[in-house]
Order: sequence, then structure tokens, then C-alpha cells
Amino acid sequence: MNGYLPQDRESRRAMLESVGIDLDKLFDMVPEQLQYDGTCDCLNEEGLSELEVIRALEALASKNVDSRRYDSYLGGGIYDHYQPSAIRHLTQRQEFLTAYTPYQAEISQGTMQAIFEWQSYICRLTGLDVSNASMYDGPSSAAEAMLMACRAKRRNRVFVSEGVNPETRQTIRTYLHAVGFDIVVGALDENGQTQQFLPEEGDEYAAWLIQSPNYYGVVEDLESFAEKAHAAGALAVASCDLVSLALLKSPGECGIDIAVGDGQSLGLPQNFGGPTVGYMATTDALLRRMPGRICGQTVDRDGKTCYVLTIQAREQHIRREKATSNICSNQALLATTATIYLAMMGEAGLTEVALQSQTKAMYLRDKLIDTGLFEPVFKGAFFREFALRPVDGVDLKALNEALLDEHILGGYVLPGNMWLIAVTEKKTVEQLDRFVDAVRRLAKKEVAK
Amino acid sequence: MMYKDTPVILTQTGEVTGQRMIPQAELEHVDAKSYYGKAFRAEKLPLPNLSEIGVIRHYTNLSLKNYGVENGTYPLGSCTMKYNPKINEDSAGLPGFANSHPLQPDSTIQGNLELLWDLEKKLSFICGMDRFSFQPAAGAHGELLGLLLIKAYHEKRGDTKRNVMIIPDSAHGTNPASAMMVGYDVREVKSNEKGMVDIGALKKAIGDGEEIAGLMLTNPSTLGIFDESILEITKLIHDAGGLNYYDGANLNAITMRVRPGDMGFDVVHLNVHKSFSTPHGGGGPGAGPVGLKKILEPYMPVPFVQPDGDKFKLVHESEDSIGKIRGFIGSHGIFVRTYAYILANGRQGLREVSEGAVANSRYIYERVKDYYRVGTTSKTMHEFVISADNLKSKYGVTAMDVAKRLIDYGFHPPTVYFPLIVPEALMVEPTETETKRDLDGLADALIQIAKEAETDPDVIKAAPHNTPIARPNETQAARNPILKV
Repeated sequence: MNGYLPQDRESRRAMLESVGIDLDKLFDMVPEQLQYDGTCDCLNEEGLSELEVIRALEALASKNVDSRRYDSYLGGGIYDHYQPSAIRHLTQRQEFLTAYTPYQAEISQGTMQAIFEWQSYICRLTGLDVSNASMYDGPSSAAEAMLMACRAKRRNRVFVSEGVNPETRQTIRTYLHAVGFDIVVGALDENGQTQQFLPEEGDEYAAWLIQSPNYYGVVEDLESFAEKAHAAGALAVASCDLVSLALLKSPGECGIDIAVGDGQSLGLPQNFGGPTVGYMATTDALLRRMPGRICGQTVDRDGKTCYVLTIQAREQHIRREKATSNICSNQALLATTATIYLAMMGEAGLTEVALQSQTKAMYLRDKLIDTGLFEPVFKGAFFREFALRPVDGVDLKALNEALLDEHILGGYVLPGNMWLIAVTEKKTVEQLDRFVDAVRRLAKKEVAK
Repeated sequence: MMYKDTPVILTQTGEVTGQRMIPQAELEHVDAKSYYGKAFRAEKLPLPNLSEIGVIRHYTNLSLKNYGVENGTYPLGSCTMKYNPKINEDSAGLPGFANSHPLQPDSTIQGNLELLWDLEKKLSFICGMDRFSFQPAAGAHGELLGLLLIKAYHEKRGDTKRNVMIIPDSAHGTNPASAMMVGYDVREVKSNEKGMVDIGALKKAIGDGEEIAGLMLTNPSTLGIFDESILEITKLIHDAGGLNYYDGANLNAITMRVRPGDMGFDVVHLNVHKSFSTPHGGGGPGAGPVGLKKILEPYMPVPFVQPDGDKFKLVHESEDSIGKIRGFIGSHGIFVRTYAYILANGRQGLREVSEGAVANSRYIYERVKDYYRVGTTSKTMHEFVISADNLKSKYGVTAMDVAKRLIDYGFHPPTVYFPLIVPEALMVEPTETETKRDLDGLADALIQIAKEAETDPDVIKAAPHNTPIARPNETQAARNPILKV
């Protein structure tokens, strides 16, 4: 008996008999040698009750450390911002949660309009003309942007700044390698910026990709980047954190052609890295080269405003192997989540989140440097996240281990013994002071060893 | 029910915003203007500030314009719109899962890693595979990974001439689009009159075999038909030096009855938002984990889970790995739901899933088959395809009209105009979680509409009648795109 099925075998048998089918012969179209009825230790024979299921899951969840019980300073693409309570209540509504892709517009206007609103919010944040209905996540969105640029420019090489998140760089590498395209990575200068190490003139790149704030938290000069990329005949692509855009000039205003990134920082849980939501926005000129679904406003037969999936001639279900991408399912519910977050927070709330995150990050960075144990890796202005280097050889991995005993998840240890530390609005000054105090005590102990 | 007017949220203004989600600042704000200099945003963000109740009512009213699985039967063929258990949502929301960070040290994420390892074993057993990767974010993303693995396998052997992927004409559109993503040429093979792969056509497509990278196939096909020659098909590909890719979109038909690995497939993706009950969210997030045979293990994307004594670790580097196709490990929150679902079913329950799925589909098919044109006499499994071209030629009623009219009867329409090889196709997949009453209701409605086509075709062509909007003008949407406010 399966608890989720509203019929048992006997009622199923009776139902089938009424139309002349024998339940025991239901699978007789499958060659006998292929029919399988094996057991295995890895699968419980009978289903568990709901209570047993949640107990099993609670037991597993309790084997994790999480940012409710520990103070976490991890970032690197996933951030612990506050998620207003209303968001989960709304996104758990079955009408949003359980619906499929909105193929039937008449009974999908909820999803359609939410996507239209997401596209509108993304355009306003990025300052670009058009957005799609969402991508899987930041890294895959950047990879798709690279392919899009290669098609638009008929070139097969892209330039990517070292300041781009390594997750994104690896993803781009995989996507491009599959079609024989090249990726060239450029280094950062002492400010942590890409400016000095751009491609030489005459190099034929389809796209230049930069991230701002970059992997080390440093804010890049998108304007001069876009200008130089265009002068070299490449599309300028930027991966931008959406919270940071409350304070920073939008990529569109800076002349960027395609903006991509991850929307996790907009009210999504960390979820061990996924699912999150990717976004992509671009100019009108590149609209028809964009991958993914797009929702548009139109009218119905009676002239009433409504929303539909549109410009589908780019997509796999119409174009098959000639499509701009194979993407089909995207992250609609998480785009809706981020949209509701933006609606809840508004300009005032998002700006406050950005200012408090940055103010607290600067406070922590200064305090940590004041201990005399660390120096900044880069000099440039940053947002929410920064990199430090120990001055006297403290082993950061060991320090992180020691911090765990104090219920602190320290920063992420980068190759070369650098510490990447993220601070969001959720941290109190008391927590930050406690972190500095613990670091001071424990780092000295580590050095003494 | 009256549907409220819901102006686009960004155009709403004039509310007093008393809500405060975060505490007041403890420190004096950084002077962002002087700190960021010319990178500073000169103008305020153009976003409205709204009240909490205003936002909640807006999205509640929007949600009421949607139809979900909890409204009623959702027989969207190939999409497996089954009930999404509530306990799955509670499980994924547990703070230990939802608030863990992907860059935490392995010692602090043992629960996540244990779950993934155990799920990997479960899915491997269910599919007859050796390993599973959790990276893909959706079915199409799984196809991309599967093809990357196949490509890496051939390249590693220096077998670089293989650039043709064979795909039947009944395949999902994502299959050829995914082949394009890895630079493969698509060679299409026709289906025979039984709705199965035409072996002669397949042999011809294979030719001398030197160019064949592999085959992508779903079995049962998008017609709901199990290909009786499957072992011969996969052997032909193997003999030619190619590998076989299983599109798991239709796994619900065969769960714990037939295993893709036993059918001769080397790599498989699952749509856990179909077969394993995770919600589709109006278009995602799904997840498309990929199962693979031992020969493809060296190419698995990183990171993946590996036991480490009595603990587990994430392996971040592996010499021949294809790399990464997205950030971090995968859509973990979706896999927590998948795991909860498999526990709740157990092995016997999963066998009943496929039995119920096939039984319900066959039942409806038997009830409606005399009212529509049926293409083949082959027995169908979890879904079936009927054609409305009998209604179209006689009364001008199209598959789309039938679909829209079903909405008036309280059902979500089936998939229409797919697979492409059937004109005026209606592809019906009721799933196993429907009551007998709902199944009869759906069959009755399909029959009633066929009768109405004769007596009152105009009422069908004008459908749906009681929805928030009537049929939209899609041409206008594409010609004059309005994509934002």
C-alpha cells in the first residue's frame, strides 16, 4: 500500500476490469527478460509513515551545522540575508508551488504576471532593456551569456577576469569546451581590479566578462571595462550581485551589453548552494539571441491585459537543434521568491540591507586589521565581502577549526591562505565583536603552536 | 469566484510602508557616495516601497489565477504532474538543510553528504546505474551533462570523429537542442507504425557507425509506448561504438519495473520534479540528476560525494572530470524532497507508483478511444496520445480547442501538439495520484467535448469561459514585445 495513492490494488483491479484489462498483465508489453523485481539494502522495502519520514530527515539535518545555530561569515556567491516571513507563506501557496510551466495562459496568469514582474524588477536593477524568465543559477547564466555572445559576434573566444567566481569560470570552461571555444583568464591588479590586465588590441574575443563586486568583494570599474570591450569589438558582459545594485551604478548605465548573476541574495535560503535562481538581462538589440523563456504582455480576445510566453521562436520546443539553448525548465518559483522579496523590501528596504551589510563588513574588516594579525589582500573599494591575509602565517584552516568550537563558521579559505569574509545585515555589532575577540585569542594560540 | 484586478506590482504606489524587516542600524551608515566614487548609483533605485499587506494581497490574488495540482487533475503529458507531498516541503525547509552553506567544511555538512550518498545509492539501484551526479538543475541540464560525459568518453579514447547523435522523431525538443550544446550533429530516425523506433531506419542512420557518438531515447516513448526492440536498439548502438542515453522524463511508467541500465543505457537523467514528486514551481526549480555506468565515472562533474571512513567528503578535483555545469553541488533542496519521497514510498510503494500510473492512463484511454483518432494499436503505458484531427476535419474543432474546453470542465489540459509526429495531438498523462472519481471526470469531459464538437462546436472554440482571461493574442505579444514595465 502506498500512502500517496488514493486507490489500492483491489480498486485498481476492479477499475481496469471494467474496461477489460487485467491488472496482472499491465506490464506485459515489457519483454520478460527486462522485467525487474529485485530488492536492495539501500531501499526500505515498505514505505515509511510521515512521522518516520520527518524523523529521518530531522536526524540528517541535525548532523549539519547551519547559520541559525552558528554565526556564519561564508559568502563566495551564497549569502545569508534575511528572508521576510511573508515570502515563504506566499511561495508555498500550491497555486505557485505545484503548477507546471505556464503553457495554458488562461489558467496561469499568476505565474505569468509574477515572471513579468521579475523581468521588470531585473530590468530596473540592471538598467537594461530586457530580461528573461530566469536561468538555473549565476554560473550557468554566465556560461549561456558567453555562448550567446559567441553566436552574436561569430567569434569563438571569450575573455574572463580572474575576479569572476571560480564556480562561474569552471562552468564557462565546461560549456565552451563542449563546442570547441576558448576561455582566456586575465589577472587582477593590486586593487583587486581587472583594469590593467585586459586583452591586447587586435585579439578577437566575442565577449569580455567581469564580475562586480568580484569574487574578492572588490567593486570593478564597469564603465571603462565596457568602453574598452566595445573598442575591441567584443560584447561587455558583467556578473552583478543584485543587492549591491542598490548602491552601485547599474550595468546598463555603465554600457554593459549582458548582465548575469545569481538572485540568491534576494530572499532565498542558502540551501547548501541550490536551488538558487540565475538572471539574465540584455539590450533590445540582443533580445532574440537570448536563451530561455520570456513572458510578454498582450491582450486577450476581449481586450483585457494579460501575459503570455512569447518570442518562442528561439526555443528548443520550436527550433529543436537550432534553438538558442536547450533550457526548458528554469527557476520560476525562485524568481517569484526574489520578486516578492523586492516587492516587500522596496527601494528603501533593499538600500538599507545594502548599507547595513557594507557598513558592518567595513567595521569587521577594520577591527580584524586592528588586531595586527591580518592585512587586506586588495586596496579597492568592496561590497559586503573582503579578503584578508594573515601577517604572521596563521594557518586559516586551523583557525576555522578552532572557531567552530565557539559556534562560528569563519570565512572561506582561498588558495594561498587568504580569508574571504562576508557580512550581511543580519550580524549584530555584538556578534562581530565576538568574532574579532575569538579570532584574536585563537589566532595567537595558533601562532604560538 | 471573482478575480481581482492585479496591476503590475511595480506600478503600485501611494501606500504607507510601516513594515521593517531588519533592525535599525547600529552603526552610522557608510557614506556610500564618497566611498564608491564614480561607481556610486546617483539616482535611487526605481522600486516602489509597498506595505506588507499590500504585497501579500497582490501575490495571493495572483496565485488565485493559477491552476495547481491541488486544484484538480493535471494530465499534462510528459510532465507527470502528480501530488507533491507536503512533508517534502517541511523536510527541505528544516534549518539544518536550508541554512547550510556550500563552502562549509565537510565536518559541518555530514547530514547533507550522508543524504546525498544514500540518495545516490537509491537512485542508482532504481535505474540500474553505478553512480549519480546531482549537478544538473533540470532535465535539459541533465541531458547536457549526459552528452558531455559521452563526449568526454569518446575524446579520452581518441575517438574524435564521433559527432552524430541519433534521436528519434518522437523525442522531446530538448534532446536535439542539447546535442547542439555539445556540438553534435543530430540524425533523426523515424518511428514505425507501432510508434517504436524503425529498426531499418536506425540501421541506416548508423551506417558504418564511425560517426556515431550515441543515441538519445526515452522508453516508453513520448507516445507512451514501450519499445519492444529496446535491447536490439541499444546493442546496435553499442556495436557501432556509441553510447546510449536514456531521457528519464517517462520513468514514472517503469519505476522499479524495468531499469534503464538493464535496457542497455549507459547514462540517464531523471526529472525528479516528475517521477519523484518534487513540485514544478510554475516552471522550476526542478532537478535532473544523471546516472551513469562505471565507464563514465572518471568524467563525472565535481564536486561529488565519497565515503571517507565512517564519514563523507566532497571530492572537488578529479583528473578527467568534465568540470562543472553550475555552481556548487546541485539543487540540494530538491534532493531533500526526493529523498523524503523515496523513504515514504519504499521499494514496494515505488512499484505501485508505476502500476498506478499505467493503470490510470490505460483506463482513461480505454474510455475515450472511440471518440478521438488513435494512431497505433500498441498498448500504451503511463500516457497516451490521441488526435483531434477527426474533430478538426468534421467540425473545425482543434486539439487546442479541446484543451481550452477541458478548462471549463475543471481540468488542466493535456499537452497539445506534441509529439510532433501526431497531428492535432492531445497527450494525456493522468499520473497515479488521481482518484477514480477524477479519472472518470476527465474521461467524461473528453467524451462530452467530442460530442459537443458535433452539436455545438462554437462553445468549444470560444472556450475557456470562466477563467481570469480569455484566449490571449499571442501574435501581438510577439510582434510588439512588451516585456517589462
